[in-house]
Amino acid sequence: MTYALDIEGLTKNYSDGFQALKGIDLHVREGDFFALLGPNGAGKSTTLGIVSSLVNKSGGKVRVFGHDIDTDLSSAKLSLGVVPQEFNFNQFEKVEDIVTTQAGYYGIPLRTAKVSAEKYLKKLGLWDKRHTPARMLSGGMKRRLMIARALVHEPRLLILDEPTAGVDIELRRSMWQFLEEMNRQGTTIILTTHYLEEAEALCRNIAIIDHGQIIRHTSKRELLQQLSVETFVLDTEQPLEKAPELSAFHASLDDDGALEVEVAKGQGLNALFIELENLGIRVLSMRTKANRLEELFVRMVEENAREAEKASGVTA
Amino acid sequence: MTPQALWTAFTTIVIREVRRFTRIWPQTLLPPAVTMTLYFIIFGNLIGSRIGEMGGYDYMQFIVPGLIMMAVITNSYSNVVSSFFSMKFQRSIEELLVSPVPNWTILAGYVAGGMARGLSIGLIVTLLSLAFTQLSIHNLLMVVVTVILTSALFSLGGFINAMLATKFDDISIVPTFVLTPLTYLGGVFYSIDMLPSFWQGVSMANPILYMVNGFRFGILGVSDVNPFVSLGMILVFIVLLAAVSLRMLARGKGIRH
Repeated sequence: MTYALDIEGLTKNYSDGFQALKGIDLHVREGDFFALLGPNGAGKSTTLGIVSSLVNKSGGKVRVFGHDIDTDLSSAKLSLGVVPQEFNFNQFEKVEDIVTTQAGYYGIPLRTAKVSAEKYLKKLGLWDKRHTPARMLSGGMKRRLMIARALVHEPRLLILDEPTAGVDIELRRSMWQFLEEMNRQGTTIILTTHYLEEAEALCRNIAIIDHGQIIRHTSKRELLQQLSVETFVLDTEQPLEKAPELSAFHASLDDDGALEVEVAKGQGLNALFIELENLGIRVLSMRTKANRLEELFVRMVEENAREAEKASGVTA
Repeated sequence: MTPQALWTAFTTIVIREVRRFTRIWPQTLLPPAVTMTLYFIIFGNLIGSRIGEMGGYDYMQFIVPGLIMMAVITNSYSNVVSSFFSMKFQRSIEELLVSPVPNWTILAGYVAGGMARGLSIGLIVTLLSLAFTQLSIHNLLMVVVTVILTSALFSLGGFINAMLATKFDDISIVPTFVLTPLTYLGGVFYSIDMLPSFWQGVSMANPILYMVNGFRFGILGVSDVNPFVSLGMILVFIVLLAAVSLRMLARGKGIRH
């Protein structure tokens, strides 16, 4: 099977001895919407940097749609569009020039490049700003400019490193819609993000990287099934003075006086509502306390840290 | 990439470079025009009229080829070093690194951009010099070949400097402490025949002497050195610096982690 991105035994050792990647394997199917998650310094950007040729690898294999970056780098690059974490365009150049120049680097003649630039600048709401120097754009516009630039050569694989960092929620949602549309049209998307809500909303498959190792590589559904307990926050009609004693659930009050109830996998919510009804507690609304993926992510990273400590013989 | 795609990528880099130096023309095109005009007035007219002849030509005629060459050298070098280092500094070099453009095309694009600025300034200075003296070309082919190769050579020098530079100070060290002294001591303002034999020997180790004299030979027909030796030396240096530049690009020196 040809993967959009196929990584085997990837390592990265810096000259100061730091090992950023310890032989990771990663397989992303064509058409997938994939999240690479991990805490700061885990190795996400290093991995994506190697795939996009901005970082030299120390060992391992990387293939983009079957094109090995060691032997067929040019074909691999043609299939790839990259949206980095930091702004990396000439701040003095005009928006349209930045996009068409990028197309030129891919060998696309100016006339074709202008058509493609118009298409993506319009889709991303930047067409009115096409003659504006990039430094005059807002942070959100600069992020969208980098997406337009990455798409101008119509790549089959789009890599986004923290694409919505520092972007307001409205704009973030519109960017999600745009990315979902790109994915529906066949573009494979890999993103790293700190907003786990983003990964949960968009991605079908997820890998979690920590200390340069992949600690989980699975589908979102499978990952979420591992969540054994979820906490729900219930707003009650009458304020409660203390948490009710429930037979099958653990309940507590949060700082705002809302009722928090832990529901184990398989328990079902009906039993909870029957118990509350019997106690005369009427529920007005309900929500999950935290993003489910975030809960899992935190748990996995903490577990990994504990295991790493054990392995190195360090005691708390 | 197909040859057509490579050509598009190459011209994209060159056009971007030309757009850059023409957009900031008060910093790139105007200063050398002003400086060289002052050289023509002060050294050529005011002082030169008291010096008399040099190499069989009046002093103004003698220094014009050297001054044109000085402008070409400085500007070819400056264009590449400042443009490439700015791209490194702003990280916009990553636009090129993620693209499929081969290293030799990147190098060729930057060198052509440096040559475009160096030769444009050379043309501007030549036109300005006509307001002060008459220029009759002795050997047009020699003039054209020497100025193009010299411009290419110093564009390559600027590229290597930019690859090695880690801060803005690093891109002014070579022009200030190496290029300017070598150019001033490279026979722009005098013939090395005037020097004691020891200093003549020392001057022969200055590569810029060969370029200035090769160009002067093309215009005036006089030279302190064999003009074909000049061309040979420039070619050897071009091959050497191009090899070094390509090796640095392949290793990602200063641009890849």
